[in-house]
Amino acid sequence: MAKKKPVHQTSESGVTRRGFLGSVGAGAAAVAAGVSSRAEAVPEITDPADMVGIALTINGQIHRLLVEPRWTLLFVLRERLGITGTKAGCERGECGSCTVLIDNRPRYACLTLAVEAEGTEITTVEGLLEGEELGDVQRAFAEHDAFQCGYCTPGQIMAAEGLLRSNPSPSPAEIRSGMSGNLCRCAAYQHIVNAVADVADRRKRGGGS
Amino acid sequence: MTDRHDYHVDGTPPETPANDTAAGPWSTTTVVGTRQPRVDAYERLSGAAIYPHDVSLPGMLHGAILRCPHAHARVLSIDTTEAERMPGVRAIITGKSPGTDIPWYENGGAFSGKLFDEICRHEGDEVAVVAAETPHQAVDATRAIKVRYEELPFVIDHTAALESGAPAIHEGGNVVGEPRVRARGDIAAGFAEADVIVERTYRTECQIHATMEPHGSVARWDGNRLTVWDSTQGVFSVQANLARVLAMPLSNVRVIGHYMGGGFGSKLETGKYTVYAAILARMTARPVKLFLPREDCMTSTGNRPANTMTVKIGARSDGSLTAIEYRSLGSCGAYADGAGTGALPTYLYQVANVHVVDTTVYTNAGKARAMRAPGVPQAAWALEQAMDELAAELEMDPLELRLKNIPTTLQVEHNPPFTSPELRACLETGSEAFGWTESFAREPGDGHLKRGVGLAAGMWFYAGGPPSTVVVKLFADGSANVNMGASDIGCGTKTWAAMIVAEELGVPLDRITVEHADTATTQYATPSGGSKTVPSDSPAVLAAARSVKLQLLSFAADQLEVPVDDLSYVDFEIGSRSDSSKRIPVPKIERLGRRGVVLGTGYRDPNPEDTVTFPFCAQFCEVEVNTRTGELRILRFLGAHDSGRVLNRLTFDNQVFGGMAMGIGLGVTEERVLDRQTGKMVNANFHDYKIPTMLDVSASHDCLPIDHPDNAFNSTGAKGLGEPATIPTAAAVGNAVARALGVRITDAPLTPRRILEAISASSSRDNARGSRDAAASRKSDLRSAEADFDVRRESRGEEAPGGVPSRRPSRKEA
Repeated sequence: MAKKKPVHQTSESGVTRRGFLGSVGAGAAAVAAGVSSRAEAVPEITDPADMVGIALTINGQIHRLLVEPRWTLLFVLRERLGITGTKAGCERGECGSCTVLIDNRPRYACLTLAVEAEGTEITTVEGLLEGEELGDVQRAFAEHDAFQCGYCTPGQIMAAEGLLRSNPSPSPAEIRSGMSGNLCRCAAYQHIVNAVADVADRRKRGGGS
Repeated sequence: MTDRHDYHVDGTPPETPANDTAAGPWSTTTVVGTRQPRVDAYERLSGAAIYPHDVSLPGMLHGAILRCPHAHARVLSIDTTEAERMPGVRAIITGKSPGTDIPWYENGGAFSGKLFDEICRHEGDEVAVVAAETPHQAVDATRAIKVRYEELPFVIDHTAALESGAPAIHEGGNVVGEPRVRARGDIAAGFAEADVIVERTYRTECQIHATMEPHGSVARWDGNRLTVWDSTQGVFSVQANLARVLAMPLSNVRVIGHYMGGGFGSKLETGKYTVYAAILARMTARPVKLFLPREDCMTSTGNRPANTMTVKIGARSDGSLTAIEYRSLGSCGAYADGAGTGALPTYLYQVANVHVVDTTVYTNAGKARAMRAPGVPQAAWALEQAMDELAAELEMDPLELRLKNIPTTLQVEHNPPFTSPELRACLETGSEAFGWTESFAREPGDGHLKRGVGLAAGMWFYAGGPPSTVVVKLFADGSANVNMGASDIGCGTKTWAAMIVAEELGVPLDRITVEHADTATTQYATPSGGSKTVPSDSPAVLAAARSVKLQLLSFAADQLEVPVDDLSYVDFEIGSRSDSSKRIPVPKIERLGRRGVVLGTGYRDPNPEDTVTFPFCAQFCEVEVNTRTGELRILRFLGAHDSGRVLNRLTFDNQVFGGMAMGIGLGVTEERVLDRQTGKMVNANFHDYKIPTMLDVSASHDCLPIDHPDNAFNSTGAKGLGEPATIPTAAAVGNAVARALGVRITDAPLTPRRILEAISASSSRDNARGSRDAAASRKSDLRSAEADFDVRRESRGEEAPGGVPSRRPSRKEA
């Protein structure tokens, strides 16, 4: 891993550490991209300490900021922009607590690098509010008590919204299948299915959301 | 275990002052018992709620913990030189740092570990902690810390831990304390009286709490005052522990836990991470946020121990039990705790002769913590399946066998009666609603999909009590505020508290706010655990509201110039019974306006003496087992729960369904896997450690509250629910699978592999029998299922040996 030419020299430990960090960053990026090659095989490596300027469109608002290439969308939302409705549960793409919509499709924000999300429309749970009122999925979650501790709930709501945008009339089986990427340890599952079915029904009757 | 829970902070006898006036039970209710959406639904659903993990303070640093990668090792040296020079690093602490020599893992007044221990006794024991400007920098720095370990021999299996020559995890051997014995009567005489005896050994695997919000805290100092935001089930217990280890007055430690993302018992204990955050924040004069990554939550924040349980039951031919002998072995992990399961077999059924022994051992694994009815779902897995075996031997309906042995007292010396012995009601009303008798009579089916029903009963050994103090404030405009210290861990605490105030004072729910879970600004409460928040705190809420009401009545009597006992308080208005012209809406009471606020304080009255209060439950389910693939589908589940008065039917249902899901996890999907070669957890993530998803839980749920207010127990008549909801679940599934297959599987979880192995073993036995006796037609389908497991052995469409019609081509073949 020390084969790569260091991007910067530093006075104390220098080459090895910077090289190490560089390859770690590249390795992470390679894994995220689904590439299994070794870090050394990637020709251009961005030093993780080099900040990159990006613009993210979140809930219709443009946020311009500097990010490290290794920062996830989840980290940027929560720790840099203070948009904390999106929750961190596992930070490894397994629990679904961080689900957001990217161009209308449910995505795990913890597996999306912030730099990747540039140029997309990002919607978080805050973006489903109608003014200061709860949106229809959120209202249905309240009425059906489709949550307990509420921590996985923003992710559940975004998964439900994403499901309904691609399939406005899901069957109960399609709801279960479509929402099965979102874990709920309190297991409000039955009430979540009821809530999602209710929203689908209301949208059909009301001619859309 | 179940009798010794630290639901009180320090074990001192609990007490709160007496109320001025006894708050009697309601005769009728209009709000309590209805289905009410949560009062904090907006915050939790809009993203506005700030959970501890969401807290972000100006200048805040981020912490990361370096943990031991070995199952058992001695730390020889720690070199932080390089890590200290890394970008963004502001402080690093180890066991050599000043102020870190703190005893940890308290159990029964003794400590079995330290904040940093030179001996790491499981993978995940803490070695060093870094605070840096960003979480990434903190993690980078932990990787740059150089630690030399001397690896030590380890033991991870609770049976192996007892063998001679097993590595000793603590001085004095691997048995924690003395084995606990519960005994009554004469066990030998009991078995001598029996016409039928069953005996078998059952096993459950280690289950992880797996809360969705990771464990963690944010700590900030203001001079000599410490404020901590903690994802906890009990702010006052965290306050007490921080004050102890940091040698501070309680009044200088403020712990806030307004929202928290799930606990299930794992957040009853104060975390080391909270103390690390406080120490690092003091060193750096900056707030410090320290949340654990998911992998660390899996290895190091508690679990429900694996248990091996041998149960032997004797009964007369009429089904009356004569004796129960029960031995349980489990491990609390590397530090002292309890892994006992013996309460349920001792007390669930009426039986004169009992001998129950619980042994807890140390192993080199993460320490156990109380997990949703600690010990009891495991015991139910063993006891309730043994009861079904006994029923089969007696040729009785399992429901009838249980109904034959219902206790009405707690079978200890003096036999104190239960204030609400509703086990019979749970079994009878539940079985009727489920259609038990018809369902149980049905055959499993001729095809490869076998159906079966199962039931199991349960009781929970805790019902709360003092201390609890609650303040209700009624403002001049008629809106109200409830001030209580309890955490709302997802059970809807704030909502039922508001409902009680709405019921008692007539204030609309949307004009009631709840302040809670803050040691600086709310009233004292014990942690939310043990299914005791409702029975401990709801009477205090009612007493506080009743106190406000009495003051309002007295003000109104003066204003209307009528005696108090002529007044009635209906909805939100006070009026004279004798003169209907004399009436006044509450917000118009002059002295309420002049005072600005009327404040009522309520206390939890003591529990009645010489009686015992427990919640009871029975659950019923139907499953379908695919004998070709070993897959298990849960078709329907019904929970009949006696938790006294139902406060909020909407959250009650949700709690029952959630408890069932966690029980399905124990019985079907979940298992901590430790590598035998290294002692490390190989599935420390949500991909490999399988908590139930929406596809794993029952396809249909029913909740049937018994809803008999226990007015002898407390003023609201409510008992606990959260833990009973998960107690019988796994056992009910086990019984249903046994009914479907005709084979009993003793070891949880019921994975496809385990189901196929059981089918295979059973049909091998049948084949052996079949060579002697050709008539094995009922099992023939199991044989074909075994063949299905190894498709190469059988060509498509061939007639199965037992004369079963040719099976349909499987998808693989088609």
